[in-house]
Amino acid sequence: MNTSHAESSSAPTETPEEISRRRFFEKLSIALVGLCTAIVGVPLVGFIVAPFFRKVPREWVTLGKPDDFQIGKTVAVTVTDPSSLPWAGVTAKSGVWLRRVDADNFIAFSANCTHLGCPVRWLEGADLFMCPCHGGVYYSDGNVAAGPPPKPLFRYDVRVTNGEVRMKQAIVPISTTL
Amino acid sequence: MIKLFKTVWNWLDDRLGISVLLSPALHIAPQDAKWWYVFGSATLVAFMVQVASGVALAFSYISSSSQAYETLLFITNNAPFGRFLRGLHYYGASAMVLMIGAHMAQTFLFGAYKFPREMTWTTGICLLAFTLGMGFTGQLLRWDSTAAWSVVVAAEQAGRIPIIGDWVARFILGGNTIGGATLSRFFAIHVFVLPGIMFAFIGLHLWLVFRHGISEPPVAGKPVDPATYRAEYEELLKKSGKPFWPDLAWRDVIISTLLIIAITLAAFSVGPPVLDRPPDPSILAADPRPDWYLLWYFALLALIPAKIEGYIMIGFPILIGLLLLFVPIWNHKGERAASRRPWAIAVVCLSVIMIGGLWWEGQQSPWSPNFEAQPLSEKVVAATSGPVLKGGQLFHDKGCLNCHLIQGFGGRRGPDLTYIADTLTRDNMVIRIVNGGTNMPAFGPSLKPGELDALVAFLETRKRSLRPKDQANDTASSSTSAQK
Repeated sequence: MNTSHAESSSAPTETPEEISRRRFFEKLSIALVGLCTAIVGVPLVGFIVAPFFRKVPREWVTLGKPDDFQIGKTVAVTVTDPSSLPWAGVTAKSGVWLRRVDADNFIAFSANCTHLGCPVRWLEGADLFMCPCHGGVYYSDGNVAAGPPPKPLFRYDVRVTNGEVRMKQAIVPISTTL
Repeated sequence: MIKLFKTVWNWLDDRLGISVLLSPALHIAPQDAKWWYVFGSATLVAFMVQVASGVALAFSYISSSSQAYETLLFITNNAPFGRFLRGLHYYGASAMVLMIGAHMAQTFLFGAYKFPREMTWTTGICLLAFTLGMGFTGQLLRWDSTAAWSVVVAAEQAGRIPIIGDWVARFILGGNTIGGATLSRFFAIHVFVLPGIMFAFIGLHLWLVFRHGISEPPVAGKPVDPATYRAEYEELLKKSGKPFWPDLAWRDVIISTLLIIAITLAAFSVGPPVLDRPPDPSILAADPRPDWYLLWYFALLALIPAKIEGYIMIGFPILIGLLLLFVPIWNHKGERAASRRPWAIAVVCLSVIMIGGLWWEGQQSPWSPNFEAQPLSEKVVAATSGPVLKGGQLFHDKGCLNCHLIQGFGGRRGPDLTYIADTLTRDNMVIRIVNGGTNMPAFGPSLKPGELDALVAFLETRKRSLRPKDQANDTASSSTSAQK
C-alpha cells in the first residue's frame, strides 16, 4: 500500500504545476493543523498555568489578642486563608508557630521545615523545634540547631494593631537554595 | 446455531477487522523465550488492574480538597467492596512497580536493549518514569494528612530546581499554599494526563516489540552485529520460531493469573493503606512518608551530606534517567549474555542492594526524632530520689530522649547513651550538653541552674560497671523498644 502510494506520488506524468499545487496543499494543511492546535491549545495551556502567575494579595490575618499569648511561650496557631477557594475545606487552614518574645514583640514562624517542608513540632521542655522527616532541629529563635535544614525557619510579618496580633497571610515558603 | 454464530462472527470480523487487529498475537517468536520473559506482560496486566480498579473508585471519589477525605472514608468503610477496591488499587500499583523493575532488570541482563531494540528500551524507561509518577500522584489522592504534607515536600524539592524552581513549586501546590486547587490538579494528572500518555507509550512499546520481534535469549560468544543481526534473527524464527499465541503466551497467562490472585488476596486479607488524619495543614503532628516504592529516595535525602543535597536532589534523578535512556545508544552491539557482561550483573546487584538498603533505612528512619518517647521508668533511671532521678526526668523533658537511647528506650537519631559514662568524662559531658556537638543542639542557654548538674549526674550512672544487670537485659529491652 505504501509502495503504490510512493509510486503514484513520484509518477513521471506529474507536471511541475501539479507538484507545486501538491506542495501548496501540503503546506496549507500543515499550517491549518498548526493554527487549529494554537486556537485550542493556547487557551487550554493558559487555563492550566495562568493561576500560578497571578499574584494573590497577601492579606493580614488575625491570630488573637496579645493577652492570649504568654511571654516566652511558643504555641501553634491555626490560620485560615482568607483568599482560599470555596471548596478548599480544611485545606484552607494552616498552622504557624507564634512566639511571644516580650510584651510588644511576637515572632510567627512558618511550620514548614526549610529542608523539605515537613511540619516542625515545638518541644516546650527542650526549647527546640524538631522535624519528624529528616531530623532537622531549630532553636527557639528559629535558627538551625542540627540536621539538614539549609536556613532558619521562615518568619512571617507580624504586627499588633487595634489590640490584635496580626500576621501577613501564611504561604508555604519555598527553599530555592541548592 | 453454530452456523448462525459463525455467520455473525464472520460478518463482524469482516467489518471490524478483529482477526487483523489480533494478528500480532500470532506473530512468530523465539521459542526459547521462557519464564524469564513474563515480567512485561505481568506489568501490563497490573496496569489493566489499575485502570479497572481506578475507574471503579472514580465512581465514588470526589476530587475536591474538602470532600475527598470523606469520600475515601465512605469507600473504605461503607461502600460494598470499597475496602477491597482500594486495596486492589494499592497492591496493583505495588505489583506494577515490582514487575516493571523485574522486567527492566531482565531486559538489561539479557542485553535485549541492544540493536535493533534500542527504542523499545527507551520507551520502557519512559513507562517506568510514568509508573513512578502514577505511584506518587496516587498516594496524594489518598487525601489525608500524609498526602497533603507530601505535596509540600514535593513542592519544596521542586523549589530547588535552578531558575524555575519557585514557579514549579507553586504549580505543584496550585498556588502559594495547599488549598482548593491542589488536589484537583493531581487528580487530573493521575486520572487523565499520565494514563493517557501511558496508553500511548504502551501502544508504542508493544508496536516496537512486534516490529523488532521478541529478543531471543542471549548466547555467550554470539555478539550482536547490527550488519547481520536482522538476517540471523529471521533465520532463527524460520528455523525454530513458534506463534506467540498460544505456544508461548501460556506462561504469561499463568504468571499474570498468579499475580492477580496475589493482588486480590492482599487486598482482601491486608486491606488498603490506613488513612491518616484529615488533610488539615494546621495539624502539625504529622509525619509524612512516601509509599514504599519511593521510601528509598526519602532515605537518600536524609543520608546524603547537607552541602551537596540540593545537587543530589535535582541531579540524581536526572542522571539516572539519562543513563537509563542512553544505555542502548552507547552500548548497542556486542555480547548480550550476562556471563560475558559481569558489569551488567554488578549494576543490577548494586542497584538492588542500594535501593533495598535505603528502603530498609527509610523504614527505620533512625534520623527522625522519636516523638513518642515516654519518660524513663525508675527501674531504668535506677534512682528514687536525688539528682540522678531529676536528671533522668530532665533527660526526657529536655528532649534528649527524643534522639538518644537509654537501655533501648528513646530515639536513635544520636548515639546510644546507655553506657556513655564509660567513654565520656564529666567535663566532656558538660561541654557537649552546653555547647552541643556534631548534629546536636547546644542546650546551655535553655538549662536552668541545677539542671545541668542533674543531667550529668544521671549520665554518670550510665556505666557498665554500675549497671551489670543491664547487659543481660539489653537485648530484651531493645526489642521491646523497637516494637513500640
